[in-house]
Parts: sequence; C-alpha cells; structure tokens
Amino acid sequence: MQVIRDDGSLDSKLDPGLSVDEVVALYKAMVRTRIVDDRLERIQRQGRIAFHVGSLGEEAAIVGAAAALRDQDWIVPCYREVGALLWRGYPLQRYVDHMYGNADDPVLGRQMPDHTFSRSHRYLAVSAPIGTQIPHAVGLAMAAKKRDLDECVGVFFGDGATSSNDFHAAMNFAGVFQPPVLFLCRNNGYAISLPVERQTATRTMAEKAAAYRVPAARVDGNDALAVFGAVREGVRRAANGGGPTFIELLTYRLGGHSTSDDPKIYRSEEEVDAWRNADPILRLRKHIENRKVWDDDLDSDWRTVCDLEVKECVQRAEQKPAPELGETFTDVYAEQPWHLREQQAQSLGGPRAAAEEDES
Amino acid sequence: MTEMNLVQAINSALRGALREDENVLLLGEDIGTLGGVFRVTQGLREEFGPDRVLDTPLSETGILGTAIGMALHGLRPVSEIQFADFIYPGFDQLVSEAAKYRYRTAGEFHVPMVVRTPYGGGIRGGQYHSQSPEALFIHTPGLKVVCPSNPYDAKGLLLEAIEDDDPVLFFEPKRVYRAVKMEVPETTYRVPLGEAKVVRAGEHVTCLAWGAMLYEAFAAAEEVAKEGVDVEVIDLRTLWPLDIDTITSSVKRTGRAVIVHEAPRTCGFGGELVALITERAFLHLEAPPVRVTGWDTPFPLTHEREYLPLAHRIAPALLETARY
Repeated sequence: MQVIRDDGSLDSKLDPGLSVDEVVALYKAMVRTRIVDDRLERIQRQGRIAFHVGSLGEEAAIVGAAAALRDQDWIVPCYREVGALLWRGYPLQRYVDHMYGNADDPVLGRQMPDHTFSRSHRYLAVSAPIGTQIPHAVGLAMAAKKRDLDECVGVFFGDGATSSNDFHAAMNFAGVFQPPVLFLCRNNGYAISLPVERQTATRTMAEKAAAYRVPAARVDGNDALAVFGAVREGVRRAANGGGPTFIELLTYRLGGHSTSDDPKIYRSEEEVDAWRNADPILRLRKHIENRKVWDDDLDSDWRTVCDLEVKECVQRAEQKPAPELGETFTDVYAEQPWHLREQQAQSLGGPRAAAEEDES
Repeated sequence: MTEMNLVQAINSALRGALREDENVLLLGEDIGTLGGVFRVTQGLREEFGPDRVLDTPLSETGILGTAIGMALHGLRPVSEIQFADFIYPGFDQLVSEAAKYRYRTAGEFHVPMVVRTPYGGGIRGGQYHSQSPEALFIHTPGLKVVCPSNPYDAKGLLLEAIEDDDPVLFFEPKRVYRAVKMEVPETTYRVPLGEAKVVRAGEHVTCLAWGAMLYEAFAAAEEVAKEGVDVEVIDLRTLWPLDIDTITSSVKRTGRAVIVHEAPRTCGFGGELVALITERAFLHLEAPPVRVTGWDTPFPLTHEREYLPLAHRIAPALLETARY
C-alpha cells in the first residue's frame, strides 16, 4: 500500500485524514530523528561514544507508526526506534546522556548506548537478544485486556526476528488469546549481513501471520502516511476488540546495522543508491511542498534548529561526570541482599582499574 | 488447620492468592481444565474462571515471555512449567529478560512473577522428568530461587513469593508431592524468603539440604545418631538469596559440613556452599566440606536410586566427616 505518489500528490482514497499541521509535525520529527542519528554516528566515529544504532532510511516506518498509536498505547521497541520515543516527547538531553552513559543516564551507565526505556512514555526497555520483546508485548496486551483498559500495544521488530522462536510463540499466543497487539515488522532488507531472501523462504513477512490467523497488511514503509494509515487501522481493530494485527513495513536500512558494521562487505553501492531515491524524508517533503506548506527556507531553518539542539545536548552530556560506581550494585533486586552489599563494599574499597587505553 | 500434602498446600496457597489479589493469575500447560499434570491447580479454573487460570499453548517461551509482559503491566502472574526439565526453551526469557529488567531500567520497571515448576528425581522419570536445574538460576543475578521441602513451608513461601516484587523460581519437590502430610492453616500466612530452618539440632556435623533430599539427610542423620554422631540438619528453603548467617554459625559450631543435592556435582550449588563456608569459617573447620550429590551424568532411569544422593550415600559421608 502506498499513499503518497512519486510526484508527492496524495491518493485520496487511501488518505488517512491527517491535518496538514499533523503531516508537517510528522515530517519535522523524522528530520529531527535523522539529524540526531547523524550527529551520534559522527561522535561515535570520533570515539566519543561507544556505539550507535541508527534508523537512517527507516524514519517513516518508525515515526509514522508511533504517530498512529494513541497516547495510552504502549510501544515495545526493538532497538532502532528511538525516533518513536522522541516522538512521544522524551527529552533529547536524556537520550544523549544515555548515549554517554553519564551520571544523568537513566540507566546509570549499565547498558550499551541505544538501550532506552521510559515508563512515563509507555515505552518498554530495549534489550539486545532478538525477538524476546515480542511475547512481552502480547503479555502486556493480555493484561490490558484483562483489566478492561482501552490500551493497545505496538511491538517493533525486524525481518530477522521472524526467525526467532519468541516471534512464533508470541504470534501463536496472540492468535489464541486475541489481545490488542500490533506486530510492527520493519522489513529493512537485512539482518546485519543476511538479506531477507535468505532469512526466510516465504515471499513476504506478512504471510507468516496467516499461519496464526492474525490479519496482516503490507505497506510501503517509506511512505509515512501509508504507515500511519495501516497502523491506525490496526489500532482501531484492536480497540474494538478485534485482536491482533500484523503489519509489514517495507523499508530499507540505508546505514549499517550499527556503528560496528561495514555494509560494503555484503551489499553493493548501486543497491543502496536505488533506495536513497526512495528516501522516506524526501518523499514526505515532496508531499508537503506539494501542499504549499513547506519550502527550502523552512526546511533549512528546521534543520538548523535540530542541529543546534543536538549539539547543545552533546556539549552538556560531555561535561557530566560518570555515574557513581556504587550504583552498579543496586536494582538487581528490590532490596539489596547481603551478598551484593558485601560485593559493593569490596568494589568500592578495592583498587581501581587503570584507565582504558585510547584505541582510536 | 487441615492435614495437607504438598500438592494440596500449594493449591491452597494459589487459591488464597487468587482470592485476595485480583492481579494474580495463573498460566501454563494443562493447568486449567485438567488441573495440571500433577493436579496442583485442580479446581482453580472452576472457581476463578478461564481469564485467571489460563490453559496456554505448548510453549515455555510463550508462557514466560507473556508472563513478563503481564508483570510489566502490574499483574502478578504465576506460571507453571510442567517439569523443570522443560524450562530451557524459556531460559532466555528468564535469564535475559525477567532477571535483568529491573537493573536495566534502574528500577523504573520490574517483573513481579513466580515460576512454579516440579523438579527432581525418584519418580522413575528418566532424564527429562527428573532434573534439578536450580544452580542455573542461582547463577543469574536478579532471580530468587525457592525450594520448599514440606507443605507448611510450601504454602507460606509461595504466598510470599507471589507478593515479592522480584521474579522468583519456585522449585517443587515432586518426589514428595504426596508423600509428606502435615497440618497446614487455611489462612494466607507467610513464610519469609531468605530464611533457612534448623530442622534437627546437632553438635558434630552440619548437613545442608533442601527439597526432597531434606528427608534423606534427616534419615541419614537419624541413622548415624545410633553411632554417636549428632548431625545438625538445615533446610535451606530459599536457595537465593541465601541465609548465610544460619549456615556459618552452625558450621562454626560443628566445624564440619556435608551438603546434599540432586543436581550433578560439578558447578552445582554445593560447590558455592563449600566456597562460602570455607571463606567464612575456615579456621573453625575440622574436616573438608563434602558434597553428596547426583553424579555428573544425565539423569538415569533404571539406577536412579544410585544416582540420587539418598540416605545410603549421605550416612557414610556424615560418618567420614565426623571422624575425619
């Protein structure tokens, strides 16, 4: 499904009915996500942060889906969806502090960069094992249904995760228990180096849903309005007691899997160039320019605003101290047991490691 | 007070929790209509309905993964894994997710869930209905591990585990599910986690055991008493966090320790107990601490009574340690 035609005009039959202000807000959020990504990638290359996993090229699939979920709905992320968290108003400074693992990092330097979470934004915690979050989303939705709450759950995962046992367990439970959950499969073409054609023998991801009698849609994941429309339709079905929906968001990972990846080893420049022409941000920009609500000046002003914002956040994050060593020993349990009290004292009272040598 | 066996006491605990807290729900394979393959949940689906006693599809990953999601929403799910031997497909959910959620969100989210599972040998179950995998979970920071030996403790510990805000693995000694009966109150009383119990006071050797092997340790203690060796038997009850004070004060007094468990010896919990005792009571020791355990083989069928550390193997270890 595609809503925005190549010339930027709208297929009126499929128009999800967003106001022009809402469409512009969507565009601005996608641009902001990309600028944040770009800045973080650069500072990672300079050795200033350890790691970054970006969403270059997938902004429509991520922000468009987040926009279609309602405030009371939960987002269960994979690890590439910080754009969804930022869309919900998560402070950029907090995110950048997390990327630095400094004293204001909400997870106190215990996790690699890009492992975000926020209860107040109804956004569960990123882990790293693939697919483990999918049954959590089903359980969360089963709980909401049991408590008779008007909430649904959108869970993100990639094409690779459809090979995990957690995916199949979760889909099966969703088919059986019919909770209000949306399976948001970002099919971005690759699981690190493995192309989707070799990930699975099925032609599409969506057809896997049929095995569990979960209704499925397949949309152009680089078309923010198509993503919005499909996810909003899934939310409507879930909220009306219609149970789960699977949505395959067809997109492309323009960047590496993470800053540790070198995609040149496994795919050609020509292939990537072709997808650059299908850039979701260019597509939406063409559309709002077509509607005469956006132009070059507005665009460059907005990019400057975002750029300054992220630069300031980075500057502040770099000045903050590291988290306290003692905090490594808390939150393992609700109350700290004797053995962790003992180990905390041993660590704090013991010798300190030498500073890591600069490997760059 | 009513006389109950372990199955009845656990059922009574679940019934009490379901009555008192609407956030409690049960899920697992065959636990509803059938009442569980060991009938531990018998009658609960009838009383509380299919929305609170869920018969799930056959997937440990699905059971434990969805239970985590429910717990993140504030429910208190109690999952049943039909046999501890079948927990491994859900191991990733327990180790990578349930155990770490609180830590990786600095306390913003937590996972208040209980995983009940029958463990251990002696029922002619062979290698896939007999295992004791407790050490794998004790080794995982963020999980609590409980293993009751008798009906009274089982009920009180389970109620406490359900109310606990951390994920708790609750290992049920299926060998003595119906073998042990005692008076159990109908009330929802609690037995606190993290407290061991001295079940036989003694002077000469400290014997640590839990679950079904507690009875074997006790029988061995009675046997060696005839030869003048006075054994103190401690039921650990909660394996982690461990009641270290009860253990060290006993061993400091006796100077000798014998540890009994069904699981294979190498890297079993006994090894950790030996290390803790040695670190904390070294100058009080009169003999090397000894482990009487399952052998380092998969669990055998025909010779299971030779695999298990039954009284016939514990008693000589107690005598040797006492006379070292």
